Order: sequence, then structure tokens, then C-alpha cells
Amino acid sequence: MTWEAVIGIEVHVELMTASKMFCGCEVAHGGEPNTRVCPTCLGLPGALPVTNRAAIESIMAIGLALSCQVSPRSVFHRKNYFYADLPKNYQISQFDVPVCHDGHLDIEVDGAIRRVGIERAHMEEDTGKSIHVGLGGRIHSAERTLLDFNRSGVPLVEVVSRPDLRSAAESRVYAQELRSVIAELGVSDVRLEEGSIRFDANVSIRPEGSDALGTKVEVKNMNSFRSLERAVAHEVERQTALLESGGSVVQETRHWDEESGVTHSMRVKEGSSDYRYFTEPDLVPLVMSPEWVAGVGARLPELPAERRARYVSQGLAPSTAWVLSGLDPSLRVVYDDAVLSGASPQAAANWVTGEVVAWLRRSGADAAGTALDGESLAELIQMVEDGSVSSSAAKELLDGVMSGEGGPRGVAERRDLLQVSDAGALNGVIDSVLAENPRAVGEFRSGEEKVVGFLVGQVMKATGGKADPRLVNQLLREKMTG
Amino acid sequence: MAAGIADAGRLLRSGETTASALLEEALDTASRTEAQLHAFLTIDSGGAREAAARADADFADGVDLGPLHGIPVALKDNMCTRGVETTAGSQILAGYVPPYDATVVERLRHGGAVIVGKTNLDEFAMGSSTENSAYGPTYNPWDLSRVPGGSSGGSAAAVAAGSALLGLGSDTGGSIRQPASLCGVVGMKPTYGTVSRYGLIAFASSLDQIGPFTRTVEDSALALSTIWGHDPMDSTSHAGEYPDPTAALGRGIDGLTVGMVTELSGEGFEPAVEAATGDMLARLEKAGVGVVEVSLPSFEIALSAYYLIAPAEASSNLARFDGIRYGLRVEGQTTEELMARTRAEGFGPEVIRRILLGTYSLSAGYYDAFYGQAQRVRAAIQEDFARAYDQVDVLVSPTSPTVAFEAGARTSDPLAMYLSDICNIPANLAGHPAISVPIGLDDSGLPIGFQVMAPPLGEQMMYQVAAEVERQAAFVIAPTAVEMAR
Ligand SMILES: [Zn+2]
Repeated sequence: MTWEAVIGIEVHVELMTASKMFCGCEVAHGGEPNTRVCPTCLGLPGALPVTNRAAIESIMAIGLALSCQVSPRSVFHRKNYFYADLPKNYQISQFDVPVCHDGHLDIEVDGAIRRVGIERAHMEEDTGKSIHVGLGGRIHSAERTLLDFNRSGVPLVEVVSRPDLRSAAESRVYAQELRSVIAELGVSDVRLEEGSIRFDANVSIRPEGSDALGTKVEVKNMNSFRSLERAVAHEVERQTALLESGGSVVQETRHWDEESGVTHSMRVKEGSSDYRYFTEPDLVPLVMSPEWVAGVGARLPELPAERRARYVSQGLAPSTAWVLSGLDPSLRVVYDDAVLSGASPQAAANWVTGEVVAWLRRSGADAAGTALDGESLAELIQMVEDGSVSSSAAKELLDGVMSGEGGPRGVAERRDLLQVSDAGALNGVIDSVLAENPRAVGEFRSGEEKVVGFLVGQVMKATGGKADPRLVNQLLREKMTG
Repeated sequence: MAAGIADAGRLLRSGETTASALLEEALDTASRTEAQLHAFLTIDSGGAREAAARADADFADGVDLGPLHGIPVALKDNMCTRGVETTAGSQILAGYVPPYDATVVERLRHGGAVIVGKTNLDEFAMGSSTENSAYGPTYNPWDLSRVPGGSSGGSAAAVAAGSALLGLGSDTGGSIRQPASLCGVVGMKPTYGTVSRYGLIAFASSLDQIGPFTRTVEDSALALSTIWGHDPMDSTSHAGEYPDPTAALGRGIDGLTVGMVTELSGEGFEPAVEAATGDMLARLEKAGVGVVEVSLPSFEIALSAYYLIAPAEASSNLARFDGIRYGLRVEGQTTEELMARTRAEGFGPEVIRRILLGTYSLSAGYYDAFYGQAQRVRAAIQEDFARAYDQVDVLVSPTSPTVAFEAGARTSDPLAMYLSDICNIPANLAGHPAISVPIGLDDSGLPIGFQVMAPPLGEQMMYQVAAEVERQAAFVIAPTAVEMAR
């Protein structure tokens, strides 16, 4: 039997709002433990939550970017469970009326566009962190557990996809695309290593062609896109082997072990109603007026898919558009400004995705701090096109500009990179080369076209490489035929 | 002893007394009665003396912070006070000192009030007799063998005894009005959302409301005008207008219509209570008020709905008491064991009973039948109220079906105890204001209370009617046990 994988991804995104979800404490990474806390995010007796409006605008932006509906009215619920780093022993979350629902995200896999449904995006608060110290560092072997509540109450958006993904590779691409959308919105720093974006996968398999859903397993603890892809692939394989050997899949949560490349059972998955969800009585319902939603929508930046479509409409190949769109925003600004300054989109894209990226990689410099601007790039491209510099000299010119030596014209002069493009200045050299090579001239005149290349080379040698080869070629032909 | 807040305010401003003198008088009363009453869990005489001295200095400087300036106040011990132990009557919070003041405490301090101490309560405000306190019961100043009612029994007893001129309580299902009735003082629950809950240790968030105990109706209105108001720290806080509660006090009630709730009479109501209620209605009618009987059928199931909603919210609100961050900790081999042991030892039996009840009613498969259904009853109660207020200006009833009962009489019978609040719970479920005014004594000399309920933000009219009830009753607060101690 052929099996089909059915995969849904849950993504948790920590928002980068100035303050936490329900109190005034600062949102930041690092720092001394328990320094960004107050009665509310410590769950002290009597403290109450107040909703952070900026967080609601952030989740609305995420929802709109994913083509979701924004609910006109949304409700917070309490999700009740006991855990040491959950100070109230309930998490303020959402249950049946999330802020955003029913959207989609298009991803490109092997050149084809796949539309992945977004079931919902809801708002919740993050937990604190448990730090297990002594012995093994795992909860059961630790001597002590320390609690840091700096993260407690940080706004968290959970984006839940529909089970529309069919492979590990699709899962990775979806996760990457979602991350780039959220990065574009600027609402989170989406750093995987800091845990400010976290992915869980719900994986099941079914006989190909079937509409039924198999028993679903939740896989957690993937800390990179690569580990997400590996974990999903492993889980699909594990379930396939299980079913083919006559076994059955247990509904559970499994923990991905990066080192051994396998998943381990964590605990049998509890039904969601065991969390005893009920409406959070300390908060009033959120009301998202059409004006508010429209205002957030109007401030949305250009999203990756829109940007790629714009590049293609400028004449770039889809593959180039994809690469360019994925570059650091400051490099995309260089491209856009170069085009605005008159450079051809294709040439500008080639330079940015090619030499500029290569230069940054070689130098280890930060793209955001580059000395190259769009106007300089356009000028450089123009100099190549009008023959002021050769294409090989242009690379050296770029190095000069990116090293902060100044504008292209000045760098070309100081580094002596300008080509001799003045016919008058070349006439003497060409005449002497022709005089020195009568045999070659005779061969040309008898139809040996190839010999022009040899003569161009002689002129280039005589000018120290600074002549414009195209012009030399043209002048040689004129003189030999004329 | 000043007759109340308004009287003391007059004496303070005329220089006939000082805040320090008022405080010393209150402390002296407490020292003579506390051994028998046990109204207080903590008396902060040091902090109170500083506050009183400051108030006297203010008056000397011509600074006037309003009607509570220089007034001795007793706070129910479920309101957080910075630097002063706050236990909610529970072992699980023994020794807990909050790092912040509740908003209502902040408002009192800004208003120049003198906080005498923290009063006893049923653990986490769960009870109707103040016998569920982990620190021992409070007794009724009118008869020391009887309960003061609850859960705010400590504040009610303190005001009745004169250990404070103002007591603050919290009312989730009658916890201010019922003890006010049993202790012969005025107790008032404001419209939900008008007094900030920030810093009130939550019992049932959608029902809890802080309110005043006073000796007079006017004092109640004066206290409310200081403690209520919008609070950005409480999302459920009312953001609109707060009509001056004292504005209609002297207005008389000629031409108003009062509705007597038919469901709040009959079986379970003591004859003395029904007689006093009937007598008051006759007096009001004579004073020019229209009196009609109104039926609100959903009141019959209000108690059942309350005992699903309040424990459900409580089960979640009390989850934070786990021994991890503050309060009692009983060690265990694992985190789960530590939490379970702490909670098993730290909570008393009534609290555990309600947590179990609430956990059950929110559980998978039961939610709709229990919590969901209770919310629908709540909506029906609101509709019944709205229909009634189409015909009448205010609704009235006895505050409690009985006078103060014997200590221990209902502790082994939770259902009998729950019935104590039958008249009070509808106003909590609807979020409406209601007040209890003492109107007389039964044959054993125990106080009887009369309840006036009003539409949301109808405090002005509620006080207008309550003031007339008070005038007609001409009730004298002279609790026997305290008189004996003098
Ligand atoms: Zn905080």
C-alpha cells in the first residue's frame, strides 16, 4: 500500500511589543532572571490582567498577512493546567473565538505553488522558564529547579495550519515562508535559537486516495528548519513502518531528539477539554472594529509573495525573484533604489544576488551596514554598459565602493580602472599594432575572421588592459576593411 | 464615639475631635472586645497611628482629602496591603506580605483614611458565617453564641462594635449584605465593575465586588464615593460616568414604586423577618411609595446557578496557590507532589469542596450541562430583572431569611449554609447594586435587615430609598456584647 502523509504545523511566535501581554513589564531577551516581573506576570494574589493593544494589532497584522478573517469580537479563555513555570496555573489563551481565522499561505515547492490553509491565529501569553540544575539537567534527575519569570506573560501568537502539507520538505518550506512573512511584518524577531519562533508538527498517515484522517501524533522540540524536516520525515517513516507491520499509531506527543535523529514518546496526549477551558472573567471581550482592522491593514508592509510578484513584473525570472526576495532587506533596498536610478532590473538583480552577496560573504560584513547604495550600483552598471570599465574591472570597482572608498567614478579613477574608450587615443596604438602584424592583417582580408581576436589582444596588451575591447574590435575592423 | 463617618467628619473639621482621638477610641474598643469577637486578624496600630497623625497634620494645614479623611477603617483580609500580612483567612497564605496595595486601599490612603487592621473572613470568602476561617471564627456582637454572618463577618462585627467607622468587605454572593443584616449595620454591594478588583484576592471574578459596611446609609454613600471609580488596572472596571451616590439622599421617596420580590418570602423565612419586612413595606406605603408584588421566577434557580459558576471560577482562581512562589510550602519528592501536599494542607474543607465542585463542572463532557447551563440561567435572571425594572424603581426583600444563627449550627450542613444567601445571589449574578439596612430586632434582640436592589448604576435611587427605610426604622446600633464590655 502507498501511504500519504498528512501534516499540520503549529507555530508559536513571541511578539516584540514594548510591554508584555497583560502587564507593563518590558519584553526583552536575556538579562538577570526575574527582573522583568510584576504582580500580574508573577501571578500574585489579587493581580489582574489588562490586554496590550499593540499585541492585538500585531496578531491582526499576522492574520491579515495570511489572508485571514479578523473576528469582529474575540474572547480570551483560561487554559487550566498545573506547571511550576505557569504562575497562575492557567494560561490566558483563546479557545473558540480566536482573533483571526480561515486564511492561507502560498508556498513554492519544486517550482509549483501550493496553498496551505490557515485554520486560526490566536493570542496567548508565554510561560516562565524552568532551569533544572545539578546532575543530568533533566527534570527527573535535577537536584533543583530554578524559575525565571522574565518570559512569563510575553505575548505569544499561535498560528495553526490546516493539515494540508504532504511531505517533510513541504513542512519546512511552509515554516520558512511563515517565518519570512512574520519577519517582514516586524512584529517578532523570529529567532529560532532564542525560541522566539517555535514549530510543532502534527503528523499522521493514511492510504493514498483516502479522505479519512489517521491517528495524529504531535512532534515537538525542533529547533531549526532542518530538524523540523528531519523530524517530520522520521515520524512519517516510523508511522509507516508501524502500520505496515500490523501495528497502530497511538495519539501522543513525541519529542524529537536531534542527536539520535528519532522521536521519543513524551506523554499520552490529553484531550483539549481536560484543560477545563472557560471564558476569562478578568477580561472583557476584544472588539475589533472594521476601522481598526482597516487601519492595521493599511500599514502592512509589502509581503514576500507580493514582492516576488512585483519583481517578476519588472522582468526578473521567478527563480531570481525568489532569491532576491529572500535577501536581507537592506540589499533589497539597494536593488530597488538602483532600479529607480535607471539600472535595468536584470542587471541590478544579477549584481545584488551575485557579486554583492559574494563580497559580503567573503568579508563577513553585515549587509545592513553596507556602504553600497542603489545610486552607486546604478552608476557602476552604467559604467559597464557604456564601456567606461570592463566587466572584470567592475568587480574591483565594486570592492572599492563596498570597502567605503567612495562613489564608483572616484574609485575607478583612484584605482585606475577606467577603460580607454576614446577612438582618437586608440588610433595610434591600433595603427602600430597593424603595422607590426602584416600577416594577420592579410589573413583577415582573406576571410579569416578569427584573427581579429588576436589583434584585439595585442592592442589590450599595449594599453595595459585599459582599452574598451568592443571599441578596439570595431576600430580594427574599420581600419582593415577601409 | 462619633455616630458615624459624616458625624466624625463634622467633629474633625470643627476641631471637636482629632483623627488620633477617633483612632484611639477604635483601638480601645477593639482591645476590650477582640477576645470575645475576634473580628480582626491583624491590627496595625503602628501604621494606623502614623496615618492618624498625618491626617491631623493635614487638618491643621487646612488640607482636606474628603469624607474619609481621618476615619478609622477595617479591611477584610482579602484585600492586599503593601507590607501588611494578607491571608484571605487561609493557612495557605499564612505570613504572606503583599508587595503592593489593592487599588481600593490606594484610594483609601489617598483619601486620608486610617487603616486600623485586617478583618476575619471565611477562607477565600467562601462561607456565610465566618466560621471557615483558618484562624478561628468571629462572633456576633449582639450575641456571642451566634455567627456574624459571612464571609465578611469580621468587617461587619468591627463596625457594629465600633472598632472602626468604616469596614470594607467583598460580596460574591451576599458576603457583605448578609453579615450586615446579621450584625445590624448597613452593608452595600455596588454595581459590578464600579469598585476596582485589582488587589482583591479573587474568589469568583465575575461576581466579586468590594463594598462598604457603615453605621448609616449616608456614610455608605460617602464611603462609596471615595472607593469607586474607573481603574485602568481592572479590565472589567466601568469606564463611563459615576453618578454621585449622595446626590439623592435627602430627596424623599414620594411617587416612587417599590417591588417586593414574591420569590423571596415564604418557606425558610423566619416569621420575625417576614413581619419586620411587611411592617417596613406598610410604613413606606404610608410615606407615599407605591408598593407592588413582583415575581422573578428565575430567582428560584439562582442559587443552583451560583453554586456552579462561583466554584468553577474559584477552582481556577485558587490554582495559583501551589507552594511554588509564596505562602505555605509542604515539600514533596516531585513538583506535582509538592503542589498537591501544599494544597491539601493549606486549604480548609469548604475551599476544597468548592474547588472540586468547580473542577467537576468545568470538566470534559460536563461543561455544557453545568457551567454552560448556569450561564444561561444568569442571562435569564438579567432578563427577569429588566422586566421588573420596567414596572418598579427598586426591588426589595429581606436581606437574609433568618437572623444570626447559632455558631456551629450549619457547619456540618453545607446546603443549609448556602441557603443563607438566597436573597443576595441574584444581584451578584446580574451585577446590580444592592444594600442591606437594619430595620429592627427579633424577640431575642437580634437584628433584621431589609434589602434594596436597584438597576445597574442605580446607586443614587438605591440610597434614596435606603435612607427612607433607615428613617422609618429608626434603628439603634447598640450590640449587647459590646455594651457589656464598656
Ligand atoms: Zn509583569
